[in-house]
Amino acid sequence: MASSKPTAQNSISMRTILLAIAVILLVVFSLGPMLWQLLTSIKVNEDISAVPNVYIPTRYTAQHYLELFQRRPFLRYMLNSAFVAIVSTALCLLLGAPAAYVLARLRVPGERIVMGVVLVVSLFPYILLFLGLLEIIRVLGLGNNYLALIIPYTAINLPLTILVMRSFFQQLPKDLEDSAKVDGYSIVQMLLKIVLPMTLPALVTTGILTFIFAWNEFIFALTFITKEQMKTIPVAASQLGGASVFEIPYGPLAAATVLGTLPLVLLVLFFQRKIIQGLTSGAVKG
Amino acid sequence: MASKIRTQEQATGWLLLLPAVLLLLLVFAYPIGRAFWLSLFTENLGTNLQPVFSGVSNYGRMAVDSRFWQSIWNTSLFTALALTLELVIGMAIALLLNQSFKGRGIVRTVAILPWALPTALIALTWAWIFNDQFGVWNDILLRLGIIQNPVNWLGEPTLALLATVAADVWKTTPFVSILLLAGLQAISEDLYEAHAIDGASPWQSFRRITLPLLLPQILIAMLFRFAQSFGIFDLVQVMTGGGPAGSTEMVSLYIYATVMRYLDFGYGAALVVVTFVILIIAVAIAALVINRLQKNSA
Repeated sequence: MASSKPTAQNSISMRTILLAIAVILLVVFSLGPMLWQLLTSIKVNEDISAVPNVYIPTRYTAQHYLELFQRRPFLRYMLNSAFVAIVSTALCLLLGAPAAYVLARLRVPGERIVMGVVLVVSLFPYILLFLGLLEIIRVLGLGNNYLALIIPYTAINLPLTILVMRSFFQQLPKDLEDSAKVDGYSIVQMLLKIVLPMTLPALVTTGILTFIFAWNEFIFALTFITKEQMKTIPVAASQLGGASVFEIPYGPLAAATVLGTLPLVLLVLFFQRKIIQGLTSGAVKG
Repeated sequence: MASKIRTQEQATGWLLLLPAVLLLLLVFAYPIGRAFWLSLFTENLGTNLQPVFSGVSNYGRMAVDSRFWQSIWNTSLFTALALTLELVIGMAIALLLNQSFKGRGIVRTVAILPWALPTALIALTWAWIFNDQFGVWNDILLRLGIIQNPVNWLGEPTLALLATVAADVWKTTPFVSILLLAGLQAISEDLYEAHAIDGASPWQSFRRITLPLLLPQILIAMLFRFAQSFGIFDLVQVMTGGGPAGSTEMVSLYIYATVMRYLDFGYGAALVVVTFVILIIAVAIAALVINRLQKNSA
């Protein structure tokens, strides 16, 4: 008894040490690359191209950020991304939430087919869609129009919205709706007056995820928008070039990465719990 | 009376479903259907961009198109490597985050961060990390004495593919961990305690309890990852542009170049169709397996 006690303590402290090492590794793995970009973005050019690398610079500069706003319409890119992401998120909730309610609660003919379609299309990579969408956009003359992004973004986020909202509606107690029906509410009235207020948390969860996907989308934004003033952040940042092909603007590229990821970093900081909850209930793409 | 209410309810239901269904058809079903149709035509600069019916000739061309087969090989290799690493590392992170320790909430927040960031910007970040002259990865390896001279990570075919895999693993492992963590949290502590009383080691418990019970989550995570990885575009396009010497040209990059650079719409459509069919077959197999498992456990 007396001899077994120290070993138990030893094994507990061993466990604590291993756990600490693993946690530190995980944090370094997760944050390292972005911290390196952050550091690069505030280094002076000589330090950026110093060999061996400078990890603790003695001089800092805001020059790379200023350059983004002076030589490029970077604020405009940010606003473009925000506008497209917010509008498509709103549309997606507007169309997706009622559809999810129907699929969760009402018995309508063909609902199994609709659910099947929703599950399958949530797996489609966008490369399979851009050719057909390009034709539609040409025929409708929607090139260089925000609608050319808003409509596809709304659609690509619908499967996720429907899956997350549907699983939320299924967990909602049915009594309230039943008594509303007895009181003579129509389905639309009941949705607006009784279900919607209870649904706000789930709408926030879903909205955060759709916002992230819309902000991050690349291939449609690259293909359907060619006007400089209308580009979104991911495309504009990936096309930052120097005065010549040999002169890669490492500083501004790093600054653009920091600015383009900042809104999402804030979202994750504030809504970590909701993001995880939404991801697991919708089992969405990675 | 009751049936009248029921019909009305169904009509309202379909009315509420309709906008979403129509939008899904427009953005998902139409482009795929259109690709099937267009793949039967030749529509390129040789035909002045007019569609000329050519039967299955696009598919015949594909069979002998070594660039296509190379892109399929690259995509398969990329997918196999990325998924394996993501599953192993994702499982390790999920097991870690399932332990109780101080500050777990903030560590979880940090751990999901890479998943939420724009892939195109992540590609810029990793291209900078693997930069041959000033990259931090070379610097670390040099300081540790693992390499003697800087390595041109994005300039060598095999290394460039591994570099894109590394970036993808960093970006999407959090997604795998989140799904696995949700599965882990659903497994009852009692099972492990009973097993430990029987004298099982942690590794034995992991193999006999954790893995079998987690299998559905593992399969679902891998199914999503497979579909996304097989269609990977932005990460590779921005990081390497498909180079060097086509060694990282994924099938998606080849489709994009065929349509946007060579303006070969008919052939591009045929490439879309084949990629779609490969995906659907893989998804169908995975869905069958998942269904089986769920029936067995129920």
